[in-house]
Amino acid sequence: MQLKFNVEEGCLIVEMHGELDHHSAEGARIKIDNKIEELGINKLIFDFSGVNFMDSSGIGVIIGRYKKLKDYDGKVAVVNLKPQIKRYLN
Amino acid sequence: MFRNEMKLEFPSKSVNESFARVVVAAFASQLDPTLEELSDVKTAVSEAVTNAIIHGYEDTEGIVTLRCKIEDNKLVIEVEDNGKGIENVELARQPLYTSRPELERSGMGFTVMETFMDSVEVHSEPGKGTKVIMTKTFKSA
Repeated sequence: MQLKFNVEEGCLIVEMHGELDHHSAEGARIKIDNKIEELGINKLIFDFSGVNFMDSSGIGVIIGRYKKLKDYDGKVAVVNLKPQIKRYLN
Repeated sequence: MFRNEMKLEFPSKSVNESFARVVVAAFASQLDPTLEELSDVKTAVSEAVTNAIIHGYEDTEGIVTLRCKIEDNKLVIEVEDNGKGIENVELARQPLYTSRPELERSGMGFTVMETFMDSVEVHSEPGKGTKVIMTKTFKSA
């Protein structure tokens, strides 16, 4: 899974590309957490426009970051979900 | 009745999760599924195989066996491990339950399988292993 980081108005945007499963979740989680700590940011947007597959491991990644940033009064958002993945989150 | 079947064995490495779901999708494609049906099957397989790897075998390595059968327009998928088994299947199937919260699991694996497949059976014996049998009938076929 490829990750691209952008910062806009104090918000970390993570552009994700590829398939988010248990195998790829591990690496994604570490990279995102490192970036959050490096920048000391508490607002995170997951951009899922490049994610064409996700299973419950992906939910673990989103919820995990949400719990982490909640401790710093932060916020997490998920945008650009493909229909199949959106169905999954509903 | 049209029948077909396949069997695949692979070591419990996480990199094989994507391999397993792509194989099942390729096998199921002979039923002329919709993209949505195919995505449902891939997600359910991913959940079952991930469970075998992280819960069945935990940090050890074992063999995961994947069997698929086609009976007319019905697909039957079996995912089997010879790992540690599940003490309480009913509890394990509860939404949000996870036996390994330290791994940041969502506890939604079985719920996802149940949502995306027509039926999900779990046979498990502590110390021996777990077999998950899922079926889905393809409307398009």
